[in-house]
Amino acid sequence: MSIFLDHDTRVIVQGITGKMARFHTRDMLEYGTKVVGGVVPGKGGETVEGVPVFNTAKEAVEATGAEASLIFVPPPFAADSIMEAADGGIRYCVCITDGIPAQDMISVKRYMYRYPKGRRMVLTGPNCAGTISPGKALLGIMPGHIYQQGPVGIVSRSGTLGYEAASQLKERGIGVSTSVGIGGDPINGSSFRDILEQFQADDETRVICMIGEIGGPQEAEAAEYIRNHVTKPVVAYVAGLTAPKGRTMGHAGAIISAFGESAAEKVEILSAAGVTVSEHPSQIGETIARVMQQAA
Amino acid sequence: MDIHEYQAKEILSGFGVAVPPGALAYSPEQAAYRAREIGGERWVVKAQVHTGGRGKAGGVSFCKSDREIERACEKMFGRKLVTHQTGPEGKGIYRIYVEGAVPIEREFYLGFVLDRSSQRVMIVASAEGGVEIEDISAEKPDSIVRSIVEPAVGLQEFQCREIAFRLGVEPKLIQQMVRTMQGCYRAFTELDATMVEINPLVVTGDDHVLALDAKMTFDSNALFRHPQVAELRDKSQEDPREARAADRGLNYVGLEGDIGCIVNGAGLAMATMDTIKLAGGEPANFLDIGGGATPERVAKAFRLVMSDRNVGAVLVNIFAGINRCDWVAKGVVQALQEVQLNVPVIVRLAGNNVDEGQNILAGSGLPIIRANTLTEAAERAVGAWKNDISQRDTKRSVS
Repeated sequence: MSIFLDHDTRVIVQGITGKMARFHTRDMLEYGTKVVGGVVPGKGGETVEGVPVFNTAKEAVEATGAEASLIFVPPPFAADSIMEAADGGIRYCVCITDGIPAQDMISVKRYMYRYPKGRRMVLTGPNCAGTISPGKALLGIMPGHIYQQGPVGIVSRSGTLGYEAASQLKERGIGVSTSVGIGGDPINGSSFRDILEQFQADDETRVICMIGEIGGPQEAEAAEYIRNHVTKPVVAYVAGLTAPKGRTMGHAGAIISAFGESAAEKVEILSAAGVTVSEHPSQIGETIARVMQQAA
Repeated sequence: MDIHEYQAKEILSGFGVAVPPGALAYSPEQAAYRAREIGGERWVVKAQVHTGGRGKAGGVSFCKSDREIERACEKMFGRKLVTHQTGPEGKGIYRIYVEGAVPIEREFYLGFVLDRSSQRVMIVASAEGGVEIEDISAEKPDSIVRSIVEPAVGLQEFQCREIAFRLGVEPKLIQQMVRTMQGCYRAFTELDATMVEINPLVVTGDDHVLALDAKMTFDSNALFRHPQVAELRDKSQEDPREARAADRGLNYVGLEGDIGCIVNGAGLAMATMDTIKLAGGEPANFLDIGGGATPERVAKAFRLVMSDRNVGAVLVNIFAGINRCDWVAKGVVQALQEVQLNVPVIVRLAGNNVDEGQNILAGSGLPIIRANTLTEAAERAVGAWKNDISQRDTKRSVS
């Protein structure tokens, strides 16, 4: 199977009655994702897009056997919902919400460590576009039609740059095994390194595409991991070459505040670890095609 | 969100951090009066601006009399303070903080940050206080002591003691150091700060540990639960364009270049700026208009980008994932009909219904330059901008 999701992964949507959540629930159902329930406290018993709503995540999991959850809850309450999912028995959780306080995320991460590794929920996001395994399931807000099924694993901090990569690949007839948005926040559920580990172990992924940006130590940590543990070819692009130091560029985590956090430094670190870096964002697809040919 | 030194000191002293006696002034006369209230014989007059490096830039002055205080303040009020952090335009001085001077024995650096590697709060301290942490880490990296706080239980006393002893603090002052560190940590977590910095933290001749300077930055995402912190926002310290954008829910960062950018998504916006640079131009701004590229939003974005007089061309780059390109194109056309532009506009659309979108742009009768890829868009934008400038020059030389 592909990482995180498969044809028959059962999904619940937390905050399903919101406008955005309804829209994307419909979209996911049309894509073929098995959305089996929603969670909104006090709205248990209602239905949204034909899907039953429950008061708590635990009830939803018990009634539907859901393994995955998608969170659309507003920022002040989102951390609580992530912890509810972790406690309710969800195995994989994607949090879309943008604007969660950093300290709430520190608490969430601490809370998730209560569970032994085998039972610990995997979180991707927050502030991400979600995860898709083309042809199988979509858990997020991305446009499903730009993804073709294939051998490239995409992991990206930015949502739209992930779309850009997928559609450049599709133009060349190259498909995607799974695309994971890890989000633009400084404290997030999974890092590049975590997702690289999954792709390295995944039979369906032959090439990895990693889209980073300025700010934080994640790309450098990924480079270290790639050097020692990844045997599959990795192609990377790092956004923010022209970003000034000390300014937040849209994503809360996109700020150069320390040595090694600029795009140029990250490109250097990744290249030194054997990663093929695409200098141009328009050449991500092309670079992957070239690397695949060389590997074949 | 940044706040002023005097505000940070007021907050921290509420959490048990000792600070020198001080008072705020809005005029030279008031500053002199406040100094008399504080008492003593020597005072420090400090410009309240959201930047580091004030001392070197002339924003801090030591005074021994009323006259000296007034004269120092007259030099500061209304002036722009230019430091290595503010950029060439500087930041205006509208408030001055007067403090009683204290006899300094030793200076330390004490900082609290969100450490992104451990994803926890980290304390950074050094016995080389009074200089910026960047300089300390470049010149005396071994003097830096770091300690990570376990979020479930918070900062423990033993951690504070350990740090203090490693900084070489005398045993009789350890308790004061512990109280200072724990106060900072409590302020950090209870008020959702992302940074607390005391530089220098000093030991005085009479054995007091005092925060001589203080800086706090807050998590904008958490301001909803701290209205008392949100109120401390000082718009006079922000770039006016950025402040206006923030008030309108747009994410904008002003830069020095000529080519304005309107993009959806933060990553794509950065990539668009990079592509402009690679095509031989310079981006004028970062602007992420978010997921819903409605005509109103696009019109707002055009107005905002054009409020920068340096802008000589505008590049619109929208990846319509959730939306459709035809809808985005209608928005662009409508916005351009509302906002009269006299610079070239380059539009690149991708995603859903891209052909219909292109047709709408082509059929609008507006002089929109279209592009299919990001590279093409950036090259056309840079080309159109250069062409536009040379045409203007020709016109000028003809007339």
